[in-house]
Amino acid sequence: MSQFEGIDKLLRDHPFFSGMKPDYLELIAGCGANERIDAGQYLFREGEAADRFYLIRHGAVAVELHAPGREPMVLQTLGEGEILGSSWIVPPYRWLFDARAVQLTRVVGLDAKCLRDKCEADHSLGFDLMKRFAPVLSARLAAARLQLFDMYGKPGERRG
Amino acid sequence: MLPTLFEVARFRRELNDVFTLELTPPAGAFPFRAGQFNMLYPFGVGEAPISISGDPDRPERLIHTIRAVGAVTEALERLRPGDGVGVRGPFGSAWPVAEVEGMDVVFVAGGIGLAPLRPAIHQVLANRTRYGRVVILYGARSPEEILYRAELERWSGRLDTYVDVTVDRASPGWAGNVGVVTRLIERARFDAPNTAAFLCGPEIMMRFTVEALNSAGVEDRRIHASMERNMKCAVGFCGHCQFGASFVCKDGPVFRFDRIRSRFNVREL
Ligand SMILES: Cc1cc2nc3c(=O)[nH]c(=O)nc-3n(C[C@H](O)[C@H](O)[C@H](O)COP(=O)(O)OP(=O)(O)OC[C@H]3O[C@@H](n4cnc5c(N)ncnc54)[C@H](O)[C@@H]3O)c2cc1C
Ligand code: FES
Repeated sequence: MSQFEGIDKLLRDHPFFSGMKPDYLELIAGCGANERIDAGQYLFREGEAADRFYLIRHGAVAVELHAPGREPMVLQTLGEGEILGSSWIVPPYRWLFDARAVQLTRVVGLDAKCLRDKCEADHSLGFDLMKRFAPVLSARLAAARLQLFDMYGKPGERRG
Repeated sequence: MLPTLFEVARFRRELNDVFTLELTPPAGAFPFRAGQFNMLYPFGVGEAPISISGDPDRPERLIHTIRAVGAVTEALERLRPGDGVGVRGPFGSAWPVAEVEGMDVVFVAGGIGLAPLRPAIHQVLANRTRYGRVVILYGARSPEEILYRAELERWSGRLDTYVDVTVDRASPGWAGNVGVVTRLIERARFDAPNTAAFLCGPEIMMRFTVEALNSAGVEDRRIHASMERNMKCAVGFCGHCQFGASFVCKDGPVFRFDRIRSRFNVREL
């Protein structure tokens, strides 16, 4: 119980869950555990089962793409107050990227199956969660597109 | 207005295609306000508007940081100490540094856009106690293209200033942030209703930055942006820099965003 109470507070303090109803927070907290990831350690790797959804409390995580014979490409870094991972919600629940802590990082890891089951059991909880999730995903997509644009390139060299 | 002959005192290479010219004002000082620009004239080639990037409290050094992109800027890049260059200015509007005293101040710079913002950063940091939280957010294309790196490190070493830097593309060994500069806004805590934001960078970057500031709760009238448009006369005669009902050369380059929102990002305006 005390373990859940602790997680409960961590969730409440995290911007992603800001303003969520206390009984929802309690339900979600039941799926959560505190985790500590050392610098350089991977939280997950491409292709593995996406069995977690992470709330970053402190630190920084690089989301990377690996291709054989190439340096890993960092797509973005996520930090304090942000969430990590969307593959847990989309079948077949496999990670599409690698995630590596670039410094000592503390997260709340929410068990994906537990979370999915609770969302199925209570659709209004699921809907609340989706309403928080969708804007983050759409903002990240917009950011990724802007990143592709090469906006700081020389004016004359700009592509399309 | 005819150009005055200035002598190049120093040439400093900043990045591959970016350099800083330090000129000695013949009159001993060149008073200007943060955000203003000069027309620089490498003789025989043509003029280009370039922001003054030095400290307004040190008017005895006239500093410009320039990216070589075409004929004029490439000619400026060939200048060395002792060479002459024509200067007209200072022109244009300024960052409202004094008006925003008492507020949190957020600077958002992209690429070489840090140069026109630097005088305002100097001023705010020199009068640090007059402001609330001071946030400097900077986005560059890659770690190799981070402008004023030493200075950014110095600012971020201050306990009273929050500095966050990101790059669009990381190179091996980079342990900092990767992602566009707009993403830094949500992480930088500031008191949105009492925040003034100063932006300078490519227009597309400013457009997304305004959106991110708006969703964080900063109103358009508290957002100031420096616009770069091509210029000729710099004194409101030729119409070259027309931007809707305004001329960038005399009504700008620094505009309050609520006054330009409707014209912002209209293609070929
Ligand atoms: C108020 C103001 C302040 C400025 N401050 C600085 C500064 O501090 N440092 C700096 O390096 N530059 C600054 N600029 C931009 C600079 O004036 C231009 O890059 C310069 O005019 C280029 O001249 P050029 O003859 O070398 O290149 P050009 O031959 O005129 O241009 C070369 C290429 O760059 C493109 N281009 C030129 N100017 C712009 C622009 N403003 N926006 C988008 N594309 C452009 C052209 O279309 C062409 O493709 C400022 C511009 C303004 C209006
Ligand atoms: S440059 Fe001539 S009107 Fe502005």
